Amino acid sequence: MGGYTTSEIATIMAMQGIAGLSLFGVFLLMALGLAIIFGQMGVINMAHGEFLTLGSYATYVVATMFESYAPGLFSYYFPVAIVLSFLVAFGVGYLLEYGLVRHLYKRPLDTLLATWAVGLIMQQIFRSIFGGRGVSADAPDWLQGSIQLSQMLFLSRSDLFVMCIAIAMTVIVSILLYRARWGMRVRSTTQNRAMANAVGINTAKVDRNTFALGCGLAGIAGSAFTTISATTPTAGAQYLVDTFLVVVLGGAASLLGTVASAFSIAQAQSILEFFITGSMAKVLTLMVVIGIIMLRPQGLFTLKVRQ
Amino acid sequence: MTTILRLLGGRLEWLICLGVFAALLLVVLPLAFNGYFLNLLGRYLALAFVAIGLVMCWGYGGMLSLGQGVFFGLGGYAMAMFLKLEASTPEATARQSTPGIPDFMDWNQLTALPWWWEPFNSFSFTLAALLLIPAAVAYVFGYALFKRRVSGVYFAIVTLSLAAAMSILIVGQQGYTGGANGITDFQTLLGWDITTDSARYVIYYICVFLLLGCILLGQWILSSRAGRVLIAVRDEENRVRFSGYSVEDFKIFVFMVAAVFSAIGGAMYALQASFISPSQVGIGLSVELVVLCAVGGRFSLLGAAFGALLIKTAEMYLSDLFPQLWTILFGLILLVVVLAFPKGLAGLYELTRDYALAHFGSSQSDAAVEEHADKRSLHGREEGFLVRAKRILGGIR
Repeated sequence: MGGYTTSEIATIMAMQGIAGLSLFGVFLLMALGLAIIFGQMGVINMAHGEFLTLGSYATYVVATMFESYAPGLFSYYFPVAIVLSFLVAFGVGYLLEYGLVRHLYKRPLDTLLATWAVGLIMQQIFRSIFGGRGVSADAPDWLQGSIQLSQMLFLSRSDLFVMCIAIAMTVIVSILLYRARWGMRVRSTTQNRAMANAVGINTAKVDRNTFALGCGLAGIAGSAFTTISATTPTAGAQYLVDTFLVVVLGGAASLLGTVASAFSIAQAQSILEFFITGSMAKVLTLMVVIGIIMLRPQGLFTLKVRQ
Repeated sequence: MTTILRLLGGRLEWLICLGVFAALLLVVLPLAFNGYFLNLLGRYLALAFVAIGLVMCWGYGGMLSLGQGVFFGLGGYAMAMFLKLEASTPEATARQSTPGIPDFMDWNQLTALPWWWEPFNSFSFTLAALLLIPAAVAYVFGYALFKRRVSGVYFAIVTLSLAAAMSILIVGQQGYTGGANGITDFQTLLGWDITTDSARYVIYYICVFLLLGCILLGQWILSSRAGRVLIAVRDEENRVRFSGYSVEDFKIFVFMVAAVFSAIGGAMYALQASFISPSQVGIGLSVELVVLCAVGGRFSLLGAAFGALLIKTAEMYLSDLFPQLWTILFGLILLVVVLAFPKGLAGLYELTRDYALAHFGSSQSDAAVEEHADKRSLHGREEGFLVRAKRILGGIR
């Protein structure tokens, strides 16, 4: 790090750290859904990225509708878009579980292939409907511009917004999983399916809702995603590998681990990007994460469960 | 008649299938297609190398690697580096600011050949490198992963990230690797013009013979004692471990074999396509190769090789006619295969054969046929394991 003074380093770290926060938001939002689907159910959903894209397109459609039918209410379209993105992704996820995934629980590697096929089909459908070029909705006024933190540091409102949604969703999901009856049913189903069945939990229904909820969360991620980037048919797919690594690194069944690892991967990548090229930062981060997974295959945070 | 049919249940049947496949590749296709199309088919056959590696590693070893593109790319880039250096003579590149180095290096302001490119001036070094480097990489990662007992979906995710990391690395290091465009424009191999039609035929035949060689080698490994241990490891890893086998060594070995096969495929691809790029390394290709293997039949070397050729040929015709529908059709084919025919095309063939045996082979009772089918089916693994375990344990005594 030759040539930089300590205060310069500190400013650089702060700048890149803030830039990393929006990446953290996207990682966390996407990883939340996956942490539920992969972490709780052990299903590899290769179409997870496409659910993000689905949410993005849903948001785009809502924004276009508001623009043409209710221009006066345009600045309020986002709450509607988030709810709708969630519902659409939830619905498609529900159908996917019912029609496909539930037949493959005994063959996890085949689920991977099947969901990859679904992702491929979804991508092509997006391409046929919205075209291969990126589409983006205008952000409402209150999401434009940025907040000045100090002379050098700016935090854009959209990044802040993504972060807020990510944190809100994390809180909601953790309450759902660890404080609500629904979460208790989910956890008991994953820990001991036969016993959960025996005490009267409809595990098939739990599976369906869990999977759909994970997909719905990806939809919300997609909705937030529209504020920071244009939507293309492959917008979600490019985050898939990162998201899987976030979940695996954090420890599959630990929500806290997911948050911590999303934060560290996003920050590492963003800070490294200043010192080496973006692609090398990415490669280095990936290799370090792979290295850690080799040393600790169970992830950084693990639940102590008697197997 | 019945004797023949009974023999078909054994190894002779496999040899006949191999003969048919060889005849298709060596006689039928060269007669039916011109040099241009044969070259395309040759590229698809290069992918078949990876598919048969996956049969060994995934179908028999139970390790789903989503990073076979890494090894395909290592082989392909090794070959491409040699060909590119041969094409970049000082005379041919006289117009560059630094003659004698590959064109993309010149565009990226490099003034000398990087040291690690130097050895690729030698053909024998290149051949050794394209076999040994992938084997070494597979050994290192196999050792690290299997010793830590990373398996199943975690192995798939780690290998997937490896493929992602490698393609990003290649794109990022444009000056050394050609970046996203890859390495292109090869003219000669050891002074022999590879762009002519006759050269295409010769390279196609080399590719076919290498593929058949790999299939024979693979079948030999799988039907050897090591192959049986491998299947046992897939089905009941701990039981094999408790019987005193070093499970990891078998897994590392087969992972290395799959890597070397992929690398040979990569080299043949670079030679026939006259280019190699990061998209031959990354996630897309790696997953596609697994899909080709699954459609062809993950438990059958011949099935996987045939499946790769068939699907890619179908893609060539159909994606021209219906560019939008092809992707959807491809996805649907994969869904049907995963849901209804986990054993792919090879399984379909087995079903027809068993049906034929049951109806036309009078000396064999239906029960025997069913038992035979059961032993092979996915769901009958438990019984299959016991039979195999007895054989293995018998071998120890």
